[in-house]
Amino acid sequence: MGTKRQFRIWRGDADGGDLQDYTVEVNEGEVVLDVIHRLQATDAPDLACRWNCKAGKCGSCSMEINGMPKLGCMTRMSTFEEDETITVTPLRTFPVIRDLVTDVSFNYEKARETPAFAPPSDLAPGEYRMQQVDVERSQEFRKCIECFLCQNVCHVIRDHDENKQAFSGPRYFIRAAELDMHPLDARTDRKDYAQTEQGLGFCNITKCCTEVCPEHIKITDNGIIPMKERVVDRRYDPLVWLGSKIFRRGQVPQTSVTSGHSPGAVRSSAASGGVHSHAGGSHDAQAETQAQQGVNWHREVPHPTAPAVDASGKLPLTELTFDRAAAPSPFGDDVTFPLPPEHLNFAHPEQDERDH
Amino acid sequence: MTTTTTRIERHHYDVVVIGAGGAGLRAAIEARLAGKKTAIISKSLFGKAHTVMAEGGAAAAMGNVNSRDNWQVHFRDTMRGGKFLNNFRMAELHAKEAPQRIWELETYGALFDRTKDGKISQRNFGGHEYPRLAHVGDRTGLELIRTLQQKIVSLQQEDKREHGSYDARIKVFSETTITELLLDGDRIAGAFGYYRESGEFVLFEAPAVVLATGGVGRSYKVTSNSWEYTGDGHALALRAGATLINMEFLQFHPTGMVWPPSVKGILVTESVRGDGGILKNTEGKRFMFDYVPDVFRKQYAETPEEADRWYTDPDNNRRPPELLPRDEVARAINSEVKAGRGTPAGGVYLDIASRLPAEEIRRRLPSMHHQFKGLADVDITKEPMEVGPTCHYVMGGVEVDPDSGAAYGSVRGLFAAGEVSGGMHGSNRLGGNSLSDLLVFGKRAGGHAATYVDQLAGRPRVAVAAVETAVETALAPLQRDTGENPYTLQQDLQAVMGDLVGIIRREAELEDALVRLAELRERVAKVSASGGRRYNPGWHLALDLRNMLVVSECTAKAALERRESRGGHTREDFPTMDPQWRRVNLVCSLVGDTVRLERKPLPKMRPELIGLFDRAELAKYLTDEELTEFDALVAADAAAAEKEND
Repeated sequence: MGTKRQFRIWRGDADGGDLQDYTVEVNEGEVVLDVIHRLQATDAPDLACRWNCKAGKCGSCSMEINGMPKLGCMTRMSTFEEDETITVTPLRTFPVIRDLVTDVSFNYEKARETPAFAPPSDLAPGEYRMQQVDVERSQEFRKCIECFLCQNVCHVIRDHDENKQAFSGPRYFIRAAELDMHPLDARTDRKDYAQTEQGLGFCNITKCCTEVCPEHIKITDNGIIPMKERVVDRRYDPLVWLGSKIFRRGQVPQTSVTSGHSPGAVRSSAASGGVHSHAGGSHDAQAETQAQQGVNWHREVPHPTAPAVDASGKLPLTELTFDRAAAPSPFGDDVTFPLPPEHLNFAHPEQDERDH
Repeated sequence: MTTTTTRIERHHYDVVVIGAGGAGLRAAIEARLAGKKTAIISKSLFGKAHTVMAEGGAAAAMGNVNSRDNWQVHFRDTMRGGKFLNNFRMAELHAKEAPQRIWELETYGALFDRTKDGKISQRNFGGHEYPRLAHVGDRTGLELIRTLQQKIVSLQQEDKREHGSYDARIKVFSETTITELLLDGDRIAGAFGYYRESGEFVLFEAPAVVLATGGVGRSYKVTSNSWEYTGDGHALALRAGATLINMEFLQFHPTGMVWPPSVKGILVTESVRGDGGILKNTEGKRFMFDYVPDVFRKQYAETPEEADRWYTDPDNNRRPPELLPRDEVARAINSEVKAGRGTPAGGVYLDIASRLPAEEIRRRLPSMHHQFKGLADVDITKEPMEVGPTCHYVMGGVEVDPDSGAAYGSVRGLFAAGEVSGGMHGSNRLGGNSLSDLLVFGKRAGGHAATYVDQLAGRPRVAVAAVETAVETALAPLQRDTGENPYTLQQDLQAVMGDLVGIIRREAELEDALVRLAELRERVAKVSASGGRRYNPGWHLALDLRNMLVVSECTAKAALERRESRGGHTREDFPTMDPQWRRVNLVCSLVGDTVRLERKPLPKMRPELIGLFDRAELAKYLTDEELTEFDALVAADAAAAEKEND
């Protein structure tokens, strides 16, 4: 009942790969993700692809279909010509793990850097009162399903890895905007944070992010532009400018945009070098390597168990009060020596070769 | 041989939470707030869990819209919805604590829809006496998970300030699957699994594990559940010596999309029918009038004319039969399709286009209009929708202590919360009770896991041999190349469950299902996966299959045993509710690798709780013996009251 359609899917991993051709049956009413699933069940059981809800609600199956960043589950096959070859590639902005799966940890890293909601100190749970009209502005941004298509399409980082350190991307601009517009958020420095820490200034409003948003969030018009406007208000406000001249460096109020240069203030990553606009390339080798490293979420070597210390941070060395004849082991009492070899996290580089 | 060639990353934690949906995240927050070093294991990326699919809202008797609402009313509704098979204590705790859990979310940054006076707005839902569901449009689940995710980030930021590392006390292991729980005697000692990304193994040494892995829907062909719902937690618990209860109860939502195939199973909200949508078969007949059961005869219209008048004049007309309870409608659709009057895709038509003007449909059902337009290219203002029952939720799950969420059975240090735990919803869950369930029991499980760790004299140790076995089991499908493709096996399992252990069950079919599941077990034991260990979905599915299989066996066995129809369990050969069966829970455990089924009496409701119901209602559910007891209780109360007055 189906028709045969041509697909070209990128297969490979961090070391490289290429487009592979597949001819696959497509039935009426199917979407691109269905075709990928059919391939997994038939020709390519190990074809890697993320997905969860298959209803456009979780934002997992982000991919580039004929070069356009899209959700696989929301791209109907009926939108293509019958004889059209459909090319599916992984998101370009993030490092490939395998096939269509990319390492999106950049986004989670930026999420962790964005200061969280600060609850008002004078309200107990249940006492929050807000008007619908006031919460709606933030609610628009909270529709975000974190598919990271906006991050992927943003040209500031799409082909400029070196900008990743200084630039958080549209997803986190609307997070800042959402908190800025939250009627009860206790912080007042959201806009300045967006400017100094998130690199809001890099955005030159090409609206690509808005265009690809599957939730139709008006990222640029309702999130980025209002924040830029208000940042500009402050930045070029003559009183603020005068204030920044009168206060000595280091005394500059936290809200000033010049805080990045004051030694006492939080280190501003936007001001710390390795920062280039879309047009420029990076010439700072160190910053580039740093940016390329990113964060690897899983690979932390477990810390040894810390010994039990007292309030002053010292080992309880008094034999009188301790239940043993000597001080506790500095490695913690649950560790005995020698450690059994299988408890070691160390793997000799040549051990595989020796065993075979 | 394996330990020398296989690298296993090791981590030490106090509490390991398996599952990063609503229940898991809430449990992790609580464990971290109790000062425990906590790991969150997420099968997908952080924030993608199935909780995002919840639309309607979270039920909590805050009384913001109707001040007469309180926990007693919510408790009554929940027990009624579950046909009195619920664990009463869980229903009680849930009703009492849900409002606090919702208010707490606001302090984490959640933005619910508001009432005119600025409080959290609440909406009506099936089975709830008053407007009770806190909601954010139709994306409440997303708001809930995002809020909890952001709360975890805020805790990590605190830890960064204090300890210099975001991961100092709470860490998310995304795209990580746990395949085995490891024990030291009867105590939990750790959890073993793999990173999906690299295929490398990881061992968490931890004295307490909280299961929050959700449901089992992927064992069914038509389901509203995501791929993660393979019953991992259910199976891990069984293998660790815990027990499952109520596994025969699955909620099938009557109206899921069936066409096109890409969206098969996705929910079509009940409000379509509430707003005038009618169900028709392929002969164009409005068939629900043929399926009104006798007990409901008096409340439902007999003619289309009367039914149509109800929408505008509900006081003088009876309800249209399209609005019968979920199980009745699901059964009716099923019968029509089986009688050959369904669409080729196996559904019936849900028609709103011929009932309301296009403008009105767009105004009242914007998300449905959008859903069908976007996913199916169907304009519901012009053509009918194609719908059929879809597997939605499993009421059964890990048998837990209602207060602490600690698993019963022989294991210690294991906790469960959310859909993976059983008892709270009895035989049928009310809409909206799921999101509040996650929060209430997630918090409890996380807190009690922390307390359990505090009370431990020594830390349980992971046995090296157990890790080796786990490695071998995990690698087996990759090392075989003679077995079957895991996708074929999953399709066969789905066919068995969908056809033989579906909405309507019959003794012969269930027996047949057990035979076929036994055959599948042999085949699954020999499954092979091609490719390497790096992000290999075929291998992942091969490992999930054995979980799906054992959970399916529990469902089939329990369904065969329970000779009555109640809530999410319908036996064609025993079509009515039997009060004797209400007193029985069916408990599954694992002996060797076979499922053992036992009957266990239901805990008895405390007098002040059963006193919340009136006798006429109880008479529908209780045995004569129980009713006599209830009467004695009422009489004693009356006597005591009189004495006080004297």
